[in-house]
Formats: sequence, C-alpha cells, structure tokens
Amino acid sequence: MPGKLKAKIVAGRHLPVMDRASDLTDAFVEVKFGNTTFKTDVCPKSLNPQWNSEWFKFEVDDEDLQDEPLQITVLDHDTYSANDAIGKVYIDIDPLLCSEAASVISGWFPIYDTIHGIRGEINVLVKVDLFNDLNRFRQSSCGVKFFCTTSIPRCYRVAMVHGFVEELVVNEDPEYQWIDRIRTPRASNEARQRLISLMSGELQRKIGLKVLEMGGNAVVGYLQCFDLEGESGLVVRAIGTACTLDKLSSGAAASINTHMHPNTAPASNACNSPSKDGKEPVFTEDLPSSSGPPTPFRALPTTSSSPPPFSPSKPCSRQSSSSDTDLSLTPKTGMGSGGSAGKEAGPLKTLLRQQTQTALEQREFPFFTLTSFPPGFLVHVGGVVSARSVKLLDRIHNPDEPETRDAWWEEIRQEIKSHAKALGCHAVVGYSESTSICEEVCILSASGTAAILNPRYMRDGCLDIGSSDHRFEEPSPPSCGFCHIPYDELNMPFPAQLTYCYHCRRQKVPDVLFTTIDLPPEAAVTGQGCLIQARLCRLKKKAQGEVNATAISNLLPFMEYELHTQLMNKLKLRSMNALFGLRIQISVGENMLLGLASATGVYLTALPAPGGIQIAGKTPGDLSNEHHILAIQKRINDTIAKNKELYQINPPELTEEAVGSPIPEPRQRSRLFRSHSESSDELSELDLSHGKKDAFVLEIDDTDAVEDIHSLLTDAPTPTGFYSCNTEIMPGIYNWTSGLQMFTSVRVFRLSNANLTNQGLNKIFTDLCENLLKSLYFKLRSMIPCCLCHLNFTVAVPEEELIQVAVTAVAMTFDKDQSQEKPGDRAMTKGGSENEEQLQFPLELCAESTSANNQPSAKIPGTVSLLTPAAKIYQNHLITIPPAGLQESTNVSSRAPSVDYGSFADRCSTWLELLRLKAHTIRRGSVKTSRRTQSLARSVSSSERCSPLPEGRSRSLRSTRSFGGSSVTVVKMTPLSFLPGTRIVKYLGIINMFFIRETTSLREEGGVSGFLHSFIAEVFAMVRAHVAALGGNAVVSYSMKECVFMENPNKNQAQCLINVSGDAVIFVRDTDQEATPAQMNTGQTCNSGTDGAT
Amino acid sequence: MSVELDVFVGNTTIMDEEVYQLWLDGHTVNDAVKVRMEGGVLDECEASADVLLSDTMDQYRTFQMCERLLYSPAKLANQLLFQIPPHRQAMLIERYYAFDDVFVREVLGKKLSKGTKKDLDDVSAKTGVTLKSCRRQFDNFKRVFKVVEELKGPLVENIRQHFLLSDKLARDYAAIVFFANNRFETGKRKLQYLTFQDFAFCAGQLINNWTVGAVGENNMVEDMDVDLDKEFLQELKELKILITDKDLLDQHKSLVCTALRGKTKAFNEMEANFKNLSRGLVNIAAKLTNTKDVRDFFIDLVEKFIEPCRSDRWTAADMRIYLTHYHNSAHILDTFKHQVVWDRYMGVVKSCIFKMYHD
Repeated sequence: MPGKLKAKIVAGRHLPVMDRASDLTDAFVEVKFGNTTFKTDVCPKSLNPQWNSEWFKFEVDDEDLQDEPLQITVLDHDTYSANDAIGKVYIDIDPLLCSEAASVISGWFPIYDTIHGIRGEINVLVKVDLFNDLNRFRQSSCGVKFFCTTSIPRCYRVAMVHGFVEELVVNEDPEYQWIDRIRTPRASNEARQRLISLMSGELQRKIGLKVLEMGGNAVVGYLQCFDLEGESGLVVRAIGTACTLDKLSSGAAASINTHMHPNTAPASNACNSPSKDGKEPVFTEDLPSSSGPPTPFRALPTTSSSPPPFSPSKPCSRQSSSSDTDLSLTPKTGMGSGGSAGKEAGPLKTLLRQQTQTALEQREFPFFTLTSFPPGFLVHVGGVVSARSVKLLDRIHNPDEPETRDAWWEEIRQEIKSHAKALGCHAVVGYSESTSICEEVCILSASGTAAILNPRYMRDGCLDIGSSDHRFEEPSPPSCGFCHIPYDELNMPFPAQLTYCYHCRRQKVPDVLFTTIDLPPEAAVTGQGCLIQARLCRLKKKAQGEVNATAISNLLPFMEYELHTQLMNKLKLRSMNALFGLRIQISVGENMLLGLASATGVYLTALPAPGGIQIAGKTPGDLSNEHHILAIQKRINDTIAKNKELYQINPPELTEEAVGSPIPEPRQRSRLFRSHSESSDELSELDLSHGKKDAFVLEIDDTDAVEDIHSLLTDAPTPTGFYSCNTEIMPGIYNWTSGLQMFTSVRVFRLSNANLTNQGLNKIFTDLCENLLKSLYFKLRSMIPCCLCHLNFTVAVPEEELIQVAVTAVAMTFDKDQSQEKPGDRAMTKGGSENEEQLQFPLELCAESTSANNQPSAKIPGTVSLLTPAAKIYQNHLITIPPAGLQESTNVSSRAPSVDYGSFADRCSTWLELLRLKAHTIRRGSVKTSRRTQSLARSVSSSERCSPLPEGRSRSLRSTRSFGGSSVTVVKMTPLSFLPGTRIVKYLGIINMFFIRETTSLREEGGVSGFLHSFIAEVFAMVRAHVAALGGNAVVSYSMKECVFMENPNKNQAQCLINVSGDAVIFVRDTDQEATPAQMNTGQTCNSGTDGAT
Repeated sequence: MSVELDVFVGNTTIMDEEVYQLWLDGHTVNDAVKVRMEGGVLDECEASADVLLSDTMDQYRTFQMCERLLYSPAKLANQLLFQIPPHRQAMLIERYYAFDDVFVREVLGKKLSKGTKKDLDDVSAKTGVTLKSCRRQFDNFKRVFKVVEELKGPLVENIRQHFLLSDKLARDYAAIVFFANNRFETGKRKLQYLTFQDFAFCAGQLINNWTVGAVGENNMVEDMDVDLDKEFLQELKELKILITDKDLLDQHKSLVCTALRGKTKAFNEMEANFKNLSRGLVNIAAKLTNTKDVRDFFIDLVEKFIEPCRSDRWTAADMRIYLTHYHNSAHILDTFKHQVVWDRYMGVVKSCIFKMYHD
C-alpha cells in the first residue's frame, strides 16, 4: 500500500490569453494521479495566477507510484461552455522513491500542449512519504536506482556487477485504435504520451524487480527504447546492467575499483580468471565433450550443438558456428594466453578464465551495457559482435503476452552470445539493441564487443576473495592488456594478422581492433583520434510482406560488408589502427536501405602501425590509366601523410621486423576451420587473401572502384582547431576546460530525382553527412579550440524520398597548449571522481620478451586476413516463424584486419555472380616488411606524454560571473557522463521523457524547420525544468533516442515525436569547496566562455 | 533534391551578434548571407556558402522565436524556452530596442498611431532604413509608450525597469514618449538641422523642470513626467510684465547691456535686438497654456530667437553670455516679482537654446 503522494499547486505565470474579450484567463488546475483527481479554485482574470492550493494527498500503492506519472492539467474556466485545456505537465515521481535521489520536486514547469507547444509555466511542489514494505512478494521495486550513464556513476563505487537485465512491454498504439477516428488530435496525442509514460514506468518497475532478485540495487547503462510498430502496436523495451553500488562519501575518494567482485551468485556466468579455489580447469557441465584438452589441433566447434533458436539450415560462418559452442572457450583460452606470455600468466590465466567462464555461463546472457569500466575490469577485448534479423510485424493480439517480441530478442541475444564465444570471449560489453521499422518490416539489431572480464567484479564475497586475489593482480594488467587477443592464436575464429604487442612485447595483438566501447582510460594512444564514418545507401524494390523482408535480408550482408570496407579504408587513410564506439545503424525505408557506421579511430600504441593503401590498376598496359592510378596513389599517400600530421600520429620509429610469413603453412590453416561442410571450400580460397599488413591494395577495375576511392578521399578534414569523436572523450586530449555546448541538429533531405543509382545516392548521403558536420563546425567556431564529443548520428527514411539525419553531441573546449599531455591529475579531466581514473601509464618499457619477436611471429598466419564480412554473409538465413516472420541474421564481427574480396567472393558461391564485379577491387598485396628491431624510441615518446602536469595549470578557472537578475536555474546538458572541471555530488534520478507535437498550421509556424526548431527547444526546456525542480543543475548521459518526424505540407500539417533520457545530477565546480546543491541561481554556470558561443 | 528541413538547437542558445544586427536591420536571409560573405567569415573557418545560408536561417529563426519574448524583456529572464546567459540577454534587449537616429528624427513628436505606421514606407525610402527595421523601431516606441502611459512614477525609471534598458537608452525612450505625448512639432524645415540628440536633451530638460513630477511633492502621480505642469504654465503668463511694462523692459535692457559691453563683438546687434528677442522669449512663455503653442515650442524658439541671432552671426559663446546675463539681470529688477517662475522657465530655455544653437 505504502505511499502518500502530496502535491501543491503554487502559481502560474505567462499563461496564454484564453478569453479574447478580456485578454485574460480564468485558470484552474486539475491534479490527477491514478484515478484520483483534485481541482484548485479558479483564479479569475489573471495571466499570472496565484493558487497557493492546499496539499492534495493521494494514498497509493508503490506499484502505482512507480508506474504512473503525476498529471497536472491547467484549464481555463468557462461558465457557459466546456472548459478549455491550456496544457499539461507530466511529472515522473520516480526520483522521489529512492532515498538517495531527490527528496522534493519543486519548481516551474512549462505547461505543454501537444498542439500549441509551451503555454506558460506552473509552479508545483511534490513530495512522497514512503512506508517501508518488506513484503517479499511485492510487485514494486522502489529504491532501485537507474542510470543512463554507461559507466559506473561518479560518486558511487561498484561492489558487484550482476549482469544483464532486460524487459519489454507491449500495447496497442492509441494512434491506431478505432477511437482515434473520432477524437481530436490533442486527445490522441495525450493518450499516447500518457500510455508511453505508463509503460516506461511499468518497465522500469519490472526491471527493478529483476535487479532486486539478483541482489543488486541499481541499473547502470539503462537503455530504454520504443518501437512504433504502427498497426501492430507499441513496444517499449529496455536493457541495462544490474549492479550493486555503494555511495561514496562525497569528497572521500574511495577508489571505485577497489574491489569488484567476482561472480555473485546470480551473476555467475562470467569470468575466466584465476580461481582461487579451483586449481584445475573446471569445465562447466555444458561443455561439449568435444572440448578436450587444448590441443592446437582441436577442431573447434565441430559439435554443432546448435541451440534451438538457430535454424540448422543456417550456413555457418565461423562466427555463427561458434555460436553453438559454448564450450570452445575453455580450450582456446589456454592457448591464447599461452603463446608467448610469461609462464606465470599462462596457467593462471587459464584458471582464471575457467572460473569466470563458469560464472558467466550460468547466466543467460553475459552482456553488459557499460562502455567504460573500472580499471582492471576488462581483461581482453575480442572484437565487435553483432546480429541482425528481419521480422515481419504482426498485430500484437494480447498485450499481456509479449512473447513473440521476447522470442525475437532472445534469438538475437543467443546469437550474439555465440559470436562472442567464437571469439574466445565469455562476455559482451558495450552492448546495445536497436530496431528500424518500415511498414510491416522490422530490422532488429544488437551489437557489442566480445570481451573477457575480470571475475572479481562478479563474484560474491569479494572481501575474502580480495586477499587471495591479489596475487593475480600482481602482474597487474598492463595498459595494453585489453588489446591482447582473447582467442587462441592457432585456432583463430577468423584469420587475423597477429604481432607481439608493441607495448609489452609479450602477448599477441591483432593488427586492427574494432570495439563498441569507449577507449579504456589506461590505454596508450599515439596522437589524437578522430571521427570515422562509413555511409551507404542501397536501393531496393518496393515490395510487400515476405518478399520485402527477403529482399532486405539479402541486402543486409552486402551493406555490412561494404560499410566495413569503408571503415577499414578510412581507418588506414588516417593511419590509425583501432576503432572505438563503433555503432552501425541500418535503417530501412520503402525503397532504400541506409547504413551509417560511426566510430572513433585511434592509433593504439600497442598495435602495429597500419600499412598504407596501394592502388593497383586492372589493366597494366594502358598508359593513361596507369598515369591516372599514379595520380590517385599520390593523392592517397598525401592524404595519409597529411592525416598523420593532423592527428599527430608519430609512432615511435620501429624498424619492422618481419611479421608473419607470407604464406601460412597449410597445417596451420587447417586449424582455422571448423568441420562444416563449407569449410573445405573456404580453406582453399584463403590463400588468396593472405598478405602483409603493409599491403592493403585497392584495385581499380571499374567505375565503381573509382567512385569508392573517390568517396574515400572526399571526407573533408575537420577544420583547424576542431576535433571530433563519437566516444565520451577524445583520445589524446586530456585537459578540458569548462566550455560546454550540447546541441541537436536535424536535417531532412528530399530526393527529387526519381531514377537514382546507388552511387548517386551514396554521394548524396555522404554529402548530407559531411555538410552537416561542416555546419556544426561553423556554428561552434567561437569555441575553438574544441572537440565535438559523442557525435551521435541517427539516420532514418521517414518517407519514400526523404532521408533524415539527426545528431546530438556536445562541444567542449580544451586548453590547446596542453592537449598533448596527459595530466597527472585526472580529477580535472573527468568529473573529479578521482577514483575513476587511475591512468598512470606504465612508463616502464616492457622488457621485451626477446626471442618472442622473431620466432613465433614467423608462425603467425599473419597473412590470412579474412574479413569479417565474409563471415557475416554466411549467416544469412531464413527462418519462418509462426506468425510469418523472416529472420536473417548477420554477424558483424570483430576486427577484420583487412578486407579481401577475392576469397570472399569465391567462397560465397551463391552470390558469386553478384559479387564478381567487386571481387577484385580490393585485394591485399604482399609487400615485404622489414624486420622490426626493438627500438626504444617508443618508450621515450610515451614518457613524454605521461609527464604529469602540475594540477590546476590546465584547469580553467573561468570566473563564474553572476549576472544577477535571472531567476531560472541554469541547467547544463551533456551526452557524456561527466562535466569537465566539475564534480558530480549527487544523482537525482533518471529523466525519461516522451513528447508529441503536432500542428495544423505548419506554414504559420515557420514551416517544417520552424516547427521542429521550436519543438526541440521546448523539449530541452522541459528537460531543464524537470532537472531544476529536482534540485539539479545538469543532465549527464543525455540522449535523444527517438525523433520521428512526419509531415504533410499539402494539408499544412506535421507531427513529431521525441524521446529523450539522461541522468539528473548536482555538480559542483572543482574549485568550489562545498557542495552547493539545490537551486543555484543564475550565474553559477554561466561562465563567459561557455555560453558565449555566438 | 533539396534540404527540406534543417535545424540546429543548442542547450545554450547560440546567437551571433553580427547576424543579430543584420536581422534587426531588416535584411533578408539572402542579403545577410551576402553581407556575411563579404565580411570574410567564410575564410576564417573554411566553410561554404551553403553552410552560411543554413547558419543564417537558423539564427533568423531563433531571433524570430525570441522576438515575442523581447516585447516584454522581463520575460526573457524567467522564461524557460531558451537558455540564454544574462549578459547575452542584456545584449539582445539593448540591441532590439536600439534605434536609428535618422529614423526616430522622422517620427519624433508624431502620434504613434496606425496612420503614422502606414507612412513608414516613405520614411524608409527617405532614411534608407529598411521598412522592416522601421516597423520594429516604431513598434518599440509604441510599446514603450503604451506601457509607461499606465504607470505611475518617474518616466525614465519606469522605462528602465520595465524594459531592462541601459540608462542612456531609457532616457532616449523617455524623450520619445515625451515628444509623442505632447506632439511637439519637429518636422518643419526650419527644424531639420536639429538632431535627435538635440531634442532628447531638451526633452530631458523639460521633463526635469516643467512637468508635474519635477516639482517633486508627490512622485506617484500618473503621467507625472509626461504632462507639463499646468499651474506652472499659467504662472508663465505673469512673465509678460517683462515686456509689457516699458520701464521694466528698459531697465532690463540697460542691465544686460552694461554687463555685456566690451565682452563681445556682437554687442551692437545685441543691444539693437534686445527688445525683440526679449519679447520673443516672453511671448513663448506666455502662450504655453495653449496646447497648440506647446507643440510649436521648438519652432518658436528657432524663429523668435535662434534665427535672428544667427543672422547677426552670434557665436555660441555670444549666445551663452547673452542669455546668462539676460536671465540673471531679471533678478535685480526690483519690481519684478516672479523670480521663481522666471528661473524655472529660463533655466530650461537657456539650456535648450544652448543645445539648439549650432554655430
């Protein structure tokens, strides 16, 4: 039963004129919660009414408290006719249910109407008295904290990470109910807003219950989305990572990382790490017999004990096949670490791994939505895993049984899990899910980064373990640890070119690494990073139902493949060797598919330097052609050189020693393959693909290829003074100052040309993105030097000939003079939770493991570079599920060191014809690399970079001038989890808001741009108002999850839906001694630099 | 193929002062783009014309959305829609309410009515200020006029508080309101040489000395700074004695001439014209009870006093010395009893003439 909600309506201001005759308004307010409604008196003839109502009290279940929003409606009293609604305010009272969050909601809220927008403001006071409910069977989960932030929130310490939680609720979309034909648009919009608010509340409550069951007290990395499936309904789904968080006493910097534990009971699916108890490899029961002792010859997943969700018919690629093998893990690991590493690591690791594994395997999905981790949490990273599936939507008949949707996601997750296994990893981090819907076709996508985690964070009773654990920590994970391959080098899930880590020289690393996570803070990078985008359009025929779904399924693998190729090329062009924050979005429209991959490229010091790109002509005889090719080659080389300079990539000069022999020994190759029927074919083709890392050859044999190269070179460099990335912070920049500007930009492009080619379309799409970026740089030029962080692009095809691109990001200023140095004091960089960052760079030169370099490297099948996409393609398969759905699943995996069309095409006999043209466009060549001699140059450079700075020098102490006068709390917003130069002292709760805006007077509101401009501004205003009412002064981890825009210019109408989320927080400047929470008026945050953005 | 929708919204509203000025000046988006391009903004940041167009459109939209708030600037501070730092708010307001002197000169003293507004295109053509900008400025005058009309208390202070303007701008608006209210004639050809600032100064003098509020007994009366003090105007009639009483007039003249002799080259002209000039000034005072004559106050000053002096080639210094003695000598006339009224009148007239007498 337990809860009493109290609300008081204080006053209104700036109300609209509702009575034309008097130019005034007779306003009163209805306060509604659940089914109870109270009313205030009418405040006659005033645009600034003072109601000062009594406390309205609602006695309600805490279940309702979680689900329902408080609904405040402002009306104009009319004696003779119906009262006119002025607008509404929905207040989510969830933050009040958690003792550590806000205690009161008090402030001015914009009064919002779905037709007219914001119409004045209302001052409201809300409190909750919560009684303790110890009922074990309760349905509520009050007190569980939710965070959108995808890292451990500052000012908390993680005691344990329990793991993945997900939930999904479905309902009919009010917009498509019969009643919608007779009700007003306003009523329909409000019904929708209310419903989604209810569903979000319910979802959060249910997830909270799961968290409590697991023994946790918080959800971190909470990602809620909804799918507007049109006729077939409305789905609200969420995923997150359950954790047990301990609050740090503010100021006291307990290092978060201290203990993390190993598998908690619920959590135990995880880890491979030294098990203190099990001295022997413990195989989980589900290990298939096949997983014998780690012999180099083990054919991995012969055992296609494929779990039910996968159709047996699925042509298996390496990755998918691996899926079936939960088992392969153990054996592989042994090898992986064994290779060259010191002895101490070897066996220990194996043990470690096994234990983790057991722990992780017990849980259904060892997924983590986090993208950055406490130090030591992440042991190794395997690469990106992803899966997509195309479904046909069907009406949701029974909202109480969301099974179908659940099953869909279940399938995808299983697949992801198996891909991770194939990469020798037991967990997936940086995990996210998304959908794209067009008519009745829906593409479900999931992606993450396969990884091996430290089990300490997932185990119970960390404390006692702590003592025994320390020995494993002794060889404390080097900063390069996460780059080391988690899989068995002799039994690689896909061919990759391995070398010894350039940092520690002990373990193998791949030549290229793709991940969906943020750059681990301890990672050493050379130079700065930059945003890398691959963009692609594919036309498709208009079709219906299954035909359509099939067509889409067939296109997907090609798109992924091409996006991948583009990413790889652009990465090489920038002389970088790793991608972080990779996000591949594929959007479906009626007649085309759009693909956009964004990531932040960096040069990881631990990875080998990327080779250049070589252009080869198809017809060597032709002189003019050759000339042309030379010209292109020159351009490419110039670009690479320029980029190196631009991003300050001056890797230590290493005289390369030969890495890998050009031709893998057959014996070795054979190990690569599973015993699938196709394997044998693949095998023989693989030779084509071998090459050296320096030999990345693009072959020009047709116009397509020319176009490709052209597009490669058209990416305009970022203007001087700007950097951009899509991760939290820019690798290579450490001294942020306090200038901050969060923004959202939306563009819709109309294609009027009816018969466009793919190339034409690609060009348009690329230009659209490039121009958008250019505009952003221009807008923010006054902030130079600055970096656009968390550049998050979302593409959509709202109508047949429209392409919509939306971007939300934050521009942050930094101190140019010191950008090269990594300050010793991290506090200034990040939100001041000292704990988070312990980025000391190991300065010591890793004692090179001598022999290691020469010998083993020769054996590495460095040449066999099989590209991921190839793997993906195989997984195309079709499953007919009961309600007539189509499924296709692709796996974008990991790092493909390079791309090789040749082998790819040949193996895909089915698509042979199709791919023929492309087949030879890109091929690796083989250029000899010189032997690498151990040069110490590296160490020198790294020590320079690490030189600690005197604290404060880089901290910008912009005076907080207060200008007085303003009574509105300044609320900062950022998509990042921190604000530079500040300390977050309190999290006040999650902000999750959904708004609809509609107009029937589009022209009068300034056309589509005017309409959307004011709507977005209104959404910002409402978010800020809610945060301010909670007593906060910032929103972190802000994101715009949905921005659905529809227009009908002929009818002068438009409609837009926006969903935003984030964490409301109180921050204080590093310079301020004591927390000054609550309403800090005005000037506080207005420092000249920030807002000055002209 | 075209960009159909293009918006950029920052959490802190981004505003470029240069674009704001172009918008205020009434330039179209395309003109503004042209001006900006010529200004070289592109060169400094490697952008293209498209980028500039998109940025300009965005900013124009932002300004249009803000405009509504600028109508009552106090709202700008506590509205929630745009997060604008206070110093920028001040800039927005100050610039929005700023006006062109050439424009205001045209409408000064005119009734702020629809009729006047209709003629703004002529004003625009004459002054070279765009029609859009003329309308904004005119509407600003009207808005300020309407608001202060209903307020009690000192005019300048009211304007300053209500519209959050700087002291200087508030004083200018007070002058405009004062002129509009009393409908002073400023458009005659003979007055063309006077600038707005000349008039604004005079308005300040009148407001501070001749209105109801100037007396200072009760400063919470409506229109106290807008309407001239009726009693005072009545009392001005008494000054007539200075010209009707022949003895007084002669006495006054000899006092002034004695004081001036040898101090100025224009002495002969001063002596010759004394009676005329004195009659002029006193007659102006005596007629101020008529609304019509109030309106002609400035034209009268020019015709009856400034022009004759100018034709005699008085310097500004001559003017200063003459008026000072003219004013002070009246105190010595023992039969002249209206010293207080005389001071109140001459104080203002003196400083107005000083301001209006351009060499």
